[in-house]
Amino acid sequence: MIELASSQTVQAGGRETPSAITPAEIDLSCRAPLLVLFLSAAVWFLLAFLCQLLASIKFHSPQFLADTPWLTYGRIHLAGLDALLYGACLQAGLGVALWLLARLGRTRLAQAVPVLAGAISWNLAVTIGFVGILAGDSTGFDMLELPSYSVLPLFLGYLLIGISAVLMFHQRQEPLTFASQWFLFAAVFWFPWVFSTAELLLQAFPVRGITQAVIAWWYADNLAVVWLGLVGLAAVFYFASKLTGRELHSHYLALFAFWILILFGSWGGIPGSAPVPAWMPTISTISRVLLLVMLIAVALTFHLTLAGAWSKLKSEPSLAFVAVGTAGFLIAGLMRVSGALLDSQQLLQFTWFASARTQLQLYGFFALVMFGAIYYVVPRVTATAFPFRRLVWAHFWLAFTGIILLVVPLAIAGVLEARQLANPGIAFVQVSRATIPFLRASTVGDLLVVMGHLVLLVNLVALVTQFYRVRAAWAYAAITADLYQPAEVKP
Amino acid sequence: MNYGPLVFLAALFALASSWVGFVLAPQLQVGQLQQTNTVVATPYPIARPGLAQEGLQVYRANGCNSCHSQQVGQTGTVCDVVLTEPGTNQPALIAALQTVKPGLSETEARQFLSGLPKPLLHGLTKEAADQGAKTLETGGAKAQAWIVPTGPDIARGWGKRRSVAVDYLFDYPVMPGSHRVGPDLADVGTRQPDLNWELRHLYAPQAEVPGSLMPPYRYLFEKRRIEHGPSPEALHFPKEFAPAPGYEIVPSPAAKALAAYLVSLRTDAPLFATPFTVASAPQSTTTNAPAGGSTNAAPSASPTQ
Repeated sequence: MIELASSQTVQAGGRETPSAITPAEIDLSCRAPLLVLFLSAAVWFLLAFLCQLLASIKFHSPQFLADTPWLTYGRIHLAGLDALLYGACLQAGLGVALWLLARLGRTRLAQAVPVLAGAISWNLAVTIGFVGILAGDSTGFDMLELPSYSVLPLFLGYLLIGISAVLMFHQRQEPLTFASQWFLFAAVFWFPWVFSTAELLLQAFPVRGITQAVIAWWYADNLAVVWLGLVGLAAVFYFASKLTGRELHSHYLALFAFWILILFGSWGGIPGSAPVPAWMPTISTISRVLLLVMLIAVALTFHLTLAGAWSKLKSEPSLAFVAVGTAGFLIAGLMRVSGALLDSQQLLQFTWFASARTQLQLYGFFALVMFGAIYYVVPRVTATAFPFRRLVWAHFWLAFTGIILLVVPLAIAGVLEARQLANPGIAFVQVSRATIPFLRASTVGDLLVVMGHLVLLVNLVALVTQFYRVRAAWAYAAITADLYQPAEVKP
Repeated sequence: MNYGPLVFLAALFALASSWVGFVLAPQLQVGQLQQTNTVVATPYPIARPGLAQEGLQVYRANGCNSCHSQQVGQTGTVCDVVLTEPGTNQPALIAALQTVKPGLSETEARQFLSGLPKPLLHGLTKEAADQGAKTLETGGAKAQAWIVPTGPDIARGWGKRRSVAVDYLFDYPVMPGSHRVGPDLADVGTRQPDLNWELRHLYAPQAEVPGSLMPPYRYLFEKRRIEHGPSPEALHFPKEFAPAPGYEIVPSPAAKALAAYLVSLRTDAPLFATPFTVASAPQSTTTNAPAGGSTNAAPSASPTQ
């Protein structure tokens, strides 16, 4: 099941490299940093959705935990969102990106120690920021709520990890052959550019007036659509090809998706209603619609790569996660396009429909693809199978039903809400109360997702414990071998 | 071929172009906005008073922008024909009224003349409204074409006009919001200028808006035993929300600041970019002044002393 023993000479670019590195060696070099990144991400996933669950309960019982300022809706919702974005999604994405760059470039992980330091710094920053938001220090900008004092360790952590990614890209022993490398290499630079721009112009030297909001919208879209899109699609293309054992259907179609995503994805942030000169929302609407082309390219690539191999979904949980994640990506994209086209009165964007879309993008797409990657990568870097194989499937079904229960009711609630909001005869309280049944369903979805994360964490912790227990046993045997001179020494 | 530099340059170019579009250009266009004049030549906007600025930080710290937007949308503008003065020649005016609004009976026209100014026709184009107003101006009668913004937000009473960039000029951070779990707050100060209402609503939202989904913000208030007579700042609630007898609810400084901020949220100034006609001559600087000086005085009906 785990291809560790395959240590044939690696063909690189048609010639035999003298210092060929086996996949097993590559995986081994990634182990410690990846375990730290993935374990922390699993903890943040759990924490983020616990926050979201609490926040969700508050809608049908406003009195729930209302007397603790740290747990008021506005704070816990934002803390949960940032934990999901920075603690979970970006962290897992960085881990997967490192591993993919190492594997695709046939190079060992560069600078393992700085990467470890970066991961620690990143987690420290997210923890400080998370506590800061709960304490009331949120910045007030969407998806950028982390207080200013947590920004430097966050940025430093990213740089330490990102430099390793760039070095690996530089040292790669294979020419640039796989589309995923394009996506990952662009993503490595994308985040520091948008993040530093946003932090400098919103925190360090704040611009005046509504320009703040424009920059915040620009940043949020670059993070949630472009960065997550680049890293997520890189993983989608890699695993679609790897897990089916087939070539990526069309390299050029994948690269076409890459170009469309970076050229138009970064223009889509300004909402239609924004109180800014009309050219900005107009450009955003056009670019959001143009992303439809990318969606078609991604859907075609994925479908044609898997054509005839769909039955593998049943036997390979990683592929199932990736497939559902890709569907999530496509549906979230379609929701974006339809929102841009159909929301002529600019009401839909303020409803639960928009929240459903964000959930789908962050969780239904990105997190699910990352889970697929984690279930594939972690057994390889530790040479240890997951102790509870059934729990992997349990996690899949919990995540799958959870995201459906989260997104579908909220999307329906949003559409109904927009229709009622268009009629000023219906009092606003009535409009908002009409969403309660849907919010209840989504709370159940949150609960399922939380349980899924618990399952992931249990499995990961069990795997790591097992791995280190085996290593400890070996180390013990190695030490005691000298003392007792056992009759039969294991090789 | 080594595509590395190409990928790097592609990413750099793509991001740089959107940076020019959505960071540099907005900064050049709306980042340099200055205080302007309203249609009636008063300066706009006016920086919020200090307490309201503190309230903005309370609003930010508690994530109020998660559930409340501060941007009113507008789908268009129409004109109303409004008769402001009847003049002296009533029969001619009634005939004119019937010309402008065919189907208006004479008694209806006569009733219309009481309690001016009144809109006669709704939803016309500027030309049609000007034409109508001209026809009405017989025998000293005065009529005007009023500009009226339209759209679901405006019809809901969330504002008189759409929000524009200059409305946010002096705020930091600017929080236009992206989700309306609660109503839009861009113009809440005009809708609900009563500080005590805001405070009571923060303490127990369902006391003021039955069925509201808003969580209470009781931690912004102090519940304390009444020692030497009730405090003039104490809030008064209906029975089911009131504290136990012998106790009173007093707003903390943060609550007072937040209420002052909410009351200071007003976008009722007509601007050249978004004109609309105000019914009466506007009072001077209606924009950002806190409503009245009566900050936290108990309602007059309350049994103070």
